[in-house]
Amino acid sequence: MPRINSATELEELRKGILSKRDPNKPCIAICAGTGCLALGNDRVISAFEEEVKKQTLEAKVDIRATGCHGFCEKGPNIIIYPEEICYIEVTPEDVPEIVSQTVLGKEVIDRLIYTDPNTGEKAAHQSEIPFYKNQMRHLIGNNSKIDPKSIDEYLALGGYSALSKSLFEMSPEQVLEEIKKANLRGRGGGGFPAGLKWETARNAPGEEKYVIVNGHEGEPGAFMDRALFTGNPHSVLEGLIIGAYAIGSHQGFIYTRHDSPQLRNNIAVALTQAEEYGLLGENILGSGFNFNVEVHLDIGIFVSGESSALMRSIEGKNPEPRPKYIRTSVSGIWEKPSNLNNVETWANVPQIINRGSEWYTSIGTERSKGTKLISLSGNIVNTGVVEVPFGTTLREIVYDIGGGIPNGKKLKAVHFGGPMGGSIPESLLDTPLDFDELAKLGAPIGAGGMFVLDEDTNMVDVTRFFLNFLTNESCGKCVPCREGIRQMLKIVTNISEGKGREGDIELLEEISEVAGAASLCALGKTASDPLLSTLRYFRDEYEANIKEKKCRA
Amino acid sequence: MSEILLQIDGREVEARKGMTILEAAQSAGIFIPTLCHHEKLEAYGACRICTVEVEARGRKNLVAACVYPVEQNLVVRTRSEKIDRIRKMILELLLAHAPDAFALQDLAKEYGADKDRFEKEASFCIHCGLCVRYCAEVKKKNAVGFVDRGTRREISFIPEIASKECWNCKECFPLCPTEALQAAFVLTKALFSP
Ligand SMILES: Cc1cc2nc3c(=O)[nH]c(=O)nc-3n(C[C@H](O)[C@H](O)[C@H](O)COP(=O)(O)O)c2cc1C
Ligand code: SF4
Ligand code: FES
Repeated sequence: MPRINSATELEELRKGILSKRDPNKPCIAICAGTGCLALGNDRVISAFEEEVKKQTLEAKVDIRATGCHGFCEKGPNIIIYPEEICYIEVTPEDVPEIVSQTVLGKEVIDRLIYTDPNTGEKAAHQSEIPFYKNQMRHLIGNNSKIDPKSIDEYLALGGYSALSKSLFEMSPEQVLEEIKKANLRGRGGGGFPAGLKWETARNAPGEEKYVIVNGHEGEPGAFMDRALFTGNPHSVLEGLIIGAYAIGSHQGFIYTRHDSPQLRNNIAVALTQAEEYGLLGENILGSGFNFNVEVHLDIGIFVSGESSALMRSIEGKNPEPRPKYIRTSVSGIWEKPSNLNNVETWANVPQIINRGSEWYTSIGTERSKGTKLISLSGNIVNTGVVEVPFGTTLREIVYDIGGGIPNGKKLKAVHFGGPMGGSIPESLLDTPLDFDELAKLGAPIGAGGMFVLDEDTNMVDVTRFFLNFLTNESCGKCVPCREGIRQMLKIVTNISEGKGREGDIELLEEISEVAGAASLCALGKTASDPLLSTLRYFRDEYEANIKEKKCRA
Repeated sequence: MSEILLQIDGREVEARKGMTILEAAQSAGIFIPTLCHHEKLEAYGACRICTVEVEARGRKNLVAACVYPVEQNLVVRTRSEKIDRIRKMILELLLAHAPDAFALQDLAKEYGADKDRFEKEASFCIHCGLCVRYCAEVKKKNAVGFVDRGTRREISFIPEIASKECWNCKECFPLCPTEALQAAFVLTKALFSP
């Protein structure tokens, strides 16, 4: 690979890549995301490779193994370009027919396209399928258009033009200003304004500063960071380099899952390719800016995603949270200013730089801008990775995109934010997706895992599930969290098994007040949030369980 | 060295930059209860019994006095209804594990903590980490450490190191707030059980 030494050379390289491409050449994009692979898509990929070879079509047809397309429910998924024909639940046996009929013959195979279970209507193209058509897929939409292992495919979509623009047309201050004006808020749980955090790190004393990607994604039921990072690693990396430039950092860290070889591998390939092109390392694009990135694998425990625990883990210590009376953006890894953002937060950066904060703030609500990735799961027809603009109502997500509740059941609640989040009842389903609105209702968005719960769900059991999860996933250092969770779980278990006693609810509230006020880190401070939200909206279930000494739901 | 003026329980207190609220309070003779704190060791902030209320720039917060650094004009309250409730609950949660621990008895009386509030699960350890940190920070041996996490976290001696170091040292035993025998018990178990 040639090293790129200027903005002009980058544009020339891009032109070269595009000129070698025929937009009308058929391309079969096969989802190789975790969901589809589990359903046997590796065999579909090999079948396509064989078939194309057999028919000696190698020069006429491209095959692309891509990241997650999003519609995990109907996997294995494939999309045939340029028509964007979507086939679902594809098996290796379908492959010869797809190649001759659709790829060559340009005919749609009825049996393999999506049929709306409610209306019976068929939809062949991505733009017609309700699951896709009601989304705004600015981040995840590129997954099916690129091979994550090919930087050229990312460049073909305009990749690294935001980096080039930042380095050559903007000062670090201007980049920072743009992110602040865009009101980009952190997607990892807190919704903290990224621009303010960057500014704190930028202004913190010290030469050595770090920028970090939080790719831990420990929230049970969340799988969108993985989908984005595995499927489009350069979009995250480009955001990180731009952030480093704005903050004045020359060293980045990617903290990511130890248990996903595909993710690890794609990140490693992306880093190598970016380095070879001179988009990473010394004198990036000839601008004089230096920046390197190191990958760290996480410890498989939920609390290691918490910022101070994560930073200790990068230092090679136990991932135990530290008291954060001094912010990590001032004193983080090895006491140096360290700016941590979530995978999705970083991936938002390039489009803000490219299209401007004005464009960005035109999407979303008053105080939550842009789009949000959601992992949709639970009692829902269409499980998958969803991206919608803030302001979309929960009802639209559940019914228009999610296809509603299976088996004719009624919706009872939706749960956001995993073990540090909350459940809100069906009656509030017209609430818009918004950091502050949902937090007010006691169900903060968290990282974006959205569990849909049907009428058969016992809410006491939901609370029990999350408390039980936390007993093994907190670090166990501080008393209110470790002992508080232990006792709350005992009481909730008793209630759910019909052994509850009068006064249990009050005792639960008392413990949760102490854990919430006195715990060391946010895990303990919010561990009782699922409990408190279910007590807020479904208190009668606890009471009934206690009074009638049985499970009611 | 720069002097910082703060207020603790209505009294003006002078402190040096870098001091914690606990150190400032101690220097002024104001008592704040602690369980996991030790002057010789790095601040740890695990038991949370030292929780106090601070008010800075118009915002009130509950913080751990043993780790929170002093600031100019900080207003600290070491007792309030809420603080007492927190301390009472922390003591009750700990008494379920170490009902006879002497360090907990006086505090339990002071805060009206009921040692039978929660079902007994006697392990005698309250996870203050004093033995672990003393061995690591002062003796630099790391013969005892925490293993596992969450509610399963416990202390454990590392037999390879302990068999060489511990019998002649035992300096961590008297630090144990529950009973010195606890550490001895865990140590013996590590060395003699298969
Ligand atoms: C117990 C706990 C677990 C967390 N896990 C994650 C995680 O897996 N991924 C993540 O991005 N943020 C996680 N966070 C939030 C981080 O501490 C931090 O706020 C976030 O990474 C900052 O990035 P953002 O501002 O872009 O959201 C966790 C927080 C806590 C308290
Ligand atoms: S709140 Fe929980 S996870 Fe956080 S430091 Fe305390 S024990 Fe560890
Ligand atoms: S003495 Fe402060 S937390 Fe234990």
